[in-house]
Amino acid sequence: MAYSFPEEVLEHVFSFINSDKDRNAVSLVCKSWYEIERWCRRRIFVGNCYAVSPRIMIRRFPEVRSVELKGKPHFADFNLVPEDWGGYVYPWIAAMSRAYPWLEEIRLKRMVVTDEALELISKSFRNFKVLVLSTCEGFSTDGLAAIASNCKHLRELDLRESEVDDISGHWLSHFPDTCTSLVSLNIACLVSELSCSVLERLVARSPNLRTLRLNRAVPLEKLPNILRRAPQLVELGTGAYSTELRSDIFSNLAEAFSGCKELKGLSGFWDVVPAYLPAIYSVCAGLTSLNLSYATIQCPDLIKLVSQCHNLQRLWVLDYIEDSGLDALAASCKDLQELRVFPSDPFGAGPNVSLTEQGLVSVSEGCPKLQSVLFFCRQMTNAALVTIARNRPNLIRFRLCIIDAQAPDYLTLQPLDTGFGAIVQNCKELRRLSLSGLLTDRVFEYIGSHGKKLEMLSIAFAGDSDLGLHHVLSGCESLRKLEIRDSPFGDKALLANAAKLETMRSLWMSSCSVSFGACKLLGRKLPGLNVEVIDERGPPDLRPESSPVEKLYIYRTVAGPRFDMPGFVWRMNEDQAWRLS
Amino acid sequence: MSSEKPKVSPEFETSGMNLQETELTLGLPGESRTQKSGTKRGFSETVDLCPGSTSAGKEEQSENEISGTTKPPTAKEQKVGWPPVRAFRKNLMKNCKYVKVAVDGAPYLRKVDLEMYCSYQQLLGALEEMFTCFTIRDVLNERRLMDPLNGVEYVPTYEDKDGDWMLVGDVPWKMFVESCKRLRLMKYSEAIGFAPRTPPKCSSSGC
Repeated sequence: MAYSFPEEVLEHVFSFINSDKDRNAVSLVCKSWYEIERWCRRRIFVGNCYAVSPRIMIRRFPEVRSVELKGKPHFADFNLVPEDWGGYVYPWIAAMSRAYPWLEEIRLKRMVVTDEALELISKSFRNFKVLVLSTCEGFSTDGLAAIASNCKHLRELDLRESEVDDISGHWLSHFPDTCTSLVSLNIACLVSELSCSVLERLVARSPNLRTLRLNRAVPLEKLPNILRRAPQLVELGTGAYSTELRSDIFSNLAEAFSGCKELKGLSGFWDVVPAYLPAIYSVCAGLTSLNLSYATIQCPDLIKLVSQCHNLQRLWVLDYIEDSGLDALAASCKDLQELRVFPSDPFGAGPNVSLTEQGLVSVSEGCPKLQSVLFFCRQMTNAALVTIARNRPNLIRFRLCIIDAQAPDYLTLQPLDTGFGAIVQNCKELRRLSLSGLLTDRVFEYIGSHGKKLEMLSIAFAGDSDLGLHHVLSGCESLRKLEIRDSPFGDKALLANAAKLETMRSLWMSSCSVSFGACKLLGRKLPGLNVEVIDERGPPDLRPESSPVEKLYIYRTVAGPRFDMPGFVWRMNEDQAWRLS
Repeated sequence: MSSEKPKVSPEFETSGMNLQETELTLGLPGESRTQKSGTKRGFSETVDLCPGSTSAGKEEQSENEISGTTKPPTAKEQKVGWPPVRAFRKNLMKNCKYVKVAVDGAPYLRKVDLEMYCSYQQLLGALEEMFTCFTIRDVLNERRLMDPLNGVEYVPTYEDKDGDWMLVGDVPWKMFVESCKRLRLMKYSEAIGFAPRTPPKCSSSGC
């Protein structure tokens, strides 16, 4: 006779288990655990909104309070996914509005969100608290007005980097005077002017406000008043950081900053007037996160700033920092974990700043905790990469973008296979890798052999043949997301490793050599995948079977075909005869 | 929107560039402009062109010259989405003005950055590249794009700040960039209601 804990006890135990992986494991122990677990799971993460349907999610997990969804493939960020591809959130909101009246949190990434969806959210969930829209689009400030008006317990409204149809700043006034629950407000992506008095009053009546990211339109002179009303702020995004040079404005600003004793993160800094930078010196010592990636501050000012931020863990900055700035960073910021260096002039013909591979090498030497790197540069060597790999075996994310596609090692003119090979070999915990520069199939051999923890790999203009892709698909055991563009990979590797695709979240291939025939074959062979061809030239079956498709997106799903495919997306899984034009 | 005629403004200093190409005038019908050949560029998608780079001038020929082949641009040809800098970041970093481009009857939209171009001719050239089935034709001094497969002509139109739909080319370039919210290549047959060169806008809700 089996003894088992009463349900309530199990539920209580399960309430301490929060990671999805653990929850999934718990649900597989036995049928009764599966049942108990599904009733008490409160948080759902759907990495691909087409991998499952709202109906399936709701059927299994009836008491969810927090949902996170991701829509478009990552390469949509770079204009590689045509408009109207998909990723519509409305069907999810509609289904959840009926099934989850107590839903509190919605987090969306790369999805199309309409004003109707926002309105429905605002009216359906009485206890709604958190809305995060990351790189979303399709809505306007009217939708935001609905959220502001109707969500009486709103804690977080975070629009990070979404594309908003910004009709006016008036929506901010829709927060009623009774709304005092705000903890986080990120409106940095909005363009319109906001009423500063409305903003100040909102801030003043939000004693729990910890994160405030203003938009560029908020003038620097108004910042002190806002800061004074929120001295408890932990994260601040300034508006434009420029105004006429006046000592009274400066001292007002400096004083206001010094009153913010909890400040750990700063961002914003559009249109910086360097003379106003010293106003933040008083908070530098406490900063753990600094986002200067919109700040056109030159190297000397950057050095002065960064040298004071001894507790910095995360720095996002433009390549104006140059090698000497990175040297200063390496010397001053021993706790640095994440560095992102963005290009100030990505489409210029040549380098406009003195930023080279040496800067990255310095940081890899000086910052023992460095684990996450995104680095845009114009030149690289195998030697530098080998040194970086040796210095920093604890790297988890390494994304290198050499701006010249297919640029070789500029000293030896060799491909960068050896360098990236060293990275995957030494950095045994590497989970994310983006390649660039001149690369042959050899680098993929290294990646397949050593990249055992690699979960996401981004490839562009690389490789010689199908062998390269084969190495990756057959060797990278943990691979979940693979995105490839403009590389000579074709049918053989895909067909030979077809089963691998069912163990991954998704595969994106554009401007490669995968034929229409192979896509059809894959689609028929693997019913657990949606094999979608994106081709703007018209129906693929008007062209020969051997003709390569423009773009291919393959993902596993339990939801079957999606019904919102636009006219330029074709699903390869079955006979297309039924498909309406 | 006013339709003042601009003086010839040297919008960029590239030598060899015939400024008259960018001039908007009430020229005589049949005045020759660039005839684009059907040849494509080396890279099939060239959306972003560097402003001020000499590649931008390559589309322009002297007024009486017919371009035989497209010359390789001297500046780097841009590949779509490379380097992988998000549009959001591009938009905030410099003057960037991304607008959506819709084509009647085509299944998809594209985006162009108007700040990348210095003239209508450049913009149309870029549209021609993007929607590779089109060629530019100039008929009666209106710029049109034509799909040679079916002979359908398209007229470039745009929605301005006020929400009105206008013919592309009616106002000085800079004014256009500032006020354009989105582009639409409208089938010529539908654009009949547009009166060229006059302020009144298309009031039909079908626009």
